[in-house]
Amino acid sequence: MSAPSTPEGRRARPSIASPEGRRARPAIATAALLLPAYAWLLVAVFLPLGAMLFFSFLKTNPFGSKAPLVFTGAHYLAFVTRPYLVDVAITSLRLGFWTTGICAAIGLPTALAIARATRGRVRQTVFLLAILPFWTNGLVRIFSWTMLLRQGGILDDLVHLVLPGVGSVGLLYSFPAIVVGLVHAYLPYMILTCYLAVAGIDDALIDAARSLGARLPTVFATVILPLALPGLVSGSILIFVPVIGSFMEPRILGGRIGVTMGTVIEDQFTQAYNWPLGSALSFTMLGIVLAIFALFSSVLRGRLAP
Amino acid sequence: MTSGVAAMSTGSSNGAGRARDAIDDRGVAPWRRYAYNSTVMGDSVMSGSQWTRRDVARGLGFGVASAAAATWPGGARAAEAKSITVLNWQGYGTDLAAGVQHFKSATGIEVKHDYYNSEPEMLTKLRTNPGAYDVVLVNSARDAQAKADELIDPVDLGKLPNAAGLAPAFKTNPNIVIDGQTYGVPWVWGMNAIAVRTGKGFKVDSYAVFEEAAFAGRGALFDDAVTEIAVAALMLGQNINDPKDMKAIAARLKSFKRDVKLVWSSEDEWNKAFAAGAFDVSVFWSGAVTRAVNLHQQPVTFVVPKEGAVGWLDNFCIPATSTGKAAGLQFIDYMVSPQFYAEWAKSGAPASANAAAMAALPESDLNRQIHKPEYLDKLQFMGALPEDRRQAFNDLWEEVKAFYAQS
Repeated sequence: MSAPSTPEGRRARPSIASPEGRRARPAIATAALLLPAYAWLLVAVFLPLGAMLFFSFLKTNPFGSKAPLVFTGAHYLAFVTRPYLVDVAITSLRLGFWTTGICAAIGLPTALAIARATRGRVRQTVFLLAILPFWTNGLVRIFSWTMLLRQGGILDDLVHLVLPGVGSVGLLYSFPAIVVGLVHAYLPYMILTCYLAVAGIDDALIDAARSLGARLPTVFATVILPLALPGLVSGSILIFVPVIGSFMEPRILGGRIGVTMGTVIEDQFTQAYNWPLGSALSFTMLGIVLAIFALFSSVLRGRLAP
Repeated sequence: MTSGVAAMSTGSSNGAGRARDAIDDRGVAPWRRYAYNSTVMGDSVMSGSQWTRRDVARGLGFGVASAAAATWPGGARAAEAKSITVLNWQGYGTDLAAGVQHFKSATGIEVKHDYYNSEPEMLTKLRTNPGAYDVVLVNSARDAQAKADELIDPVDLGKLPNAAGLAPAFKTNPNIVIDGQTYGVPWVWGMNAIAVRTGKGFKVDSYAVFEEAAFAGRGALFDDAVTEIAVAALMLGQNINDPKDMKAIAARLKSFKRDVKLVWSSEDEWNKAFAAGAFDVSVFWSGAVTRAVNLHQQPVTFVVPKEGAVGWLDNFCIPATSTGKAAGLQFIDYMVSPQFYAEWAKSGAPASANAAAMAALPESDLNRQIHKPEYLDKLQFMGALPEDRRQAFNDLWEEVKAFYAQS
């Protein structure tokens, strides 16, 4: 995330031009380069978000009725007027923490292994395998998990092959099943971000630690982990946010258990046609997520400083 | 297992509704509702029953039927009384090629079609295209709304020879008879009640099966507020469209918790989970049970318990602005006839409201076995829901689902 120090050097290069031109042209060029991104952000992010924010203050759905719009902030009190939503939100947060934690526990060692123990074609192959889930359709992934996890499914058969006589193993429609599906979907983010952080660690640092007598666990805890932290944090953010809003995995893998903020919000848009409530719930969740990040960032600030 | 339905759905070509079905049958439970509801937006309440019917209709060789309807030669130039326009879901019986051709050869009247993808769209088309339609298929729960907006005319069932076979439960249905006048000709119907796994000796005659310890973790419910609240209302002897005691309904639904394994949201999801043995009893659609048996060879039967079942009914109405009302009535009469139904049933029609048409089906026909005439007395029909009540239903169901999810 830390920008390399080159922009200053680059900017100085077209110095043949007049002093004014020197300043103006790069500014125009920068603006031109940024324009597509910001135009896209404006259209694709802020307009829909703005519309949703507007909806969230309406009393009822504005579609198909000629009644004048009525504004209210009542939907933002949903957690007070519908106390069951608190439990639902806690479920979502638990999903978020479990998924992020497991992704970190798997992703960091994977990234370390790829960055430090492989090279050339092997590295490419291992890397490819790690990010393969990105290239498969989400629903295909989830439905293949239903076949694996269900009672009498593939996992069940395998367990019985190894340990005949054990009771049947049916994970489908349970909390762990949802976590499994989510970890599968989001693990590549963690591997990628951790890989970027870990690949930048100078071998000399580790050699120095070893030559000073540190054993491997100490090297990991005092050298590698702190240096990998930026990768872990950005990976966690990339995973945590979509996971607490996820609805496909909970719905399909969770069965009765699969009620999360994601599915509640989805229901408001697709079943109840209560867009205002759905929008308000979305923004409330956004607020909760930002609060959690604020909490963590104050804890991590000292460690993440470049 | 799903190949049958998937193959069928590919035949159900264009239109958002059909596209939705096609997506859904590849196993895309949550998304279907996006595709579907994006066309509904504000005020459809009976999504469950609509799916049933259109899912049924999927099997009808639409490709042929709709192509025939679309390429009908010289339709626009035909003399007024010699051509009528029907407004319906695509591929839902009226555009069956064999039927359209037979009607033309018998009466000389050409049948053209326009389609809708949601009930609000149907009402909008009636409002904005006065005079364009001569026959419209309406979910009877919408009759009152259409009548209130003066979009449809009363119908004299006595003028239709084939209406004689219609069961009284339909002819006098409160959805259809408004202020003492009949506004629709009942056509096809279905039920939401209990699907039970066969071959295990289960004896189910009540929705209380979802409270029995013997079925702990062996039950499934339909993720639809209107249907599930109707189930609890039936158990409590309340009106399914206007339950007086919502607290009691919530308590009753929450008492299902131990037994509920799955809250399903699409027929495909149901079929997959049932085939894998995930549950033994489920709230399900009557038409979907016939498909589970006929297309997927599932060991399942449909039970209408002692409390009754939730019914839906589609009827034909005559648009108030029609310019060919007599020809329209002629077509409706043909549509409710046993002859047409026999033709349609070959490709998997929903149950006919005409007792004579059902009686003409072979004794072994599953549709006939499941949609027994004696059930009609035990049905409460889904009716129109005002906005605030619909919202209350959805809130309650959301709360119940959250309760199910608690560990």
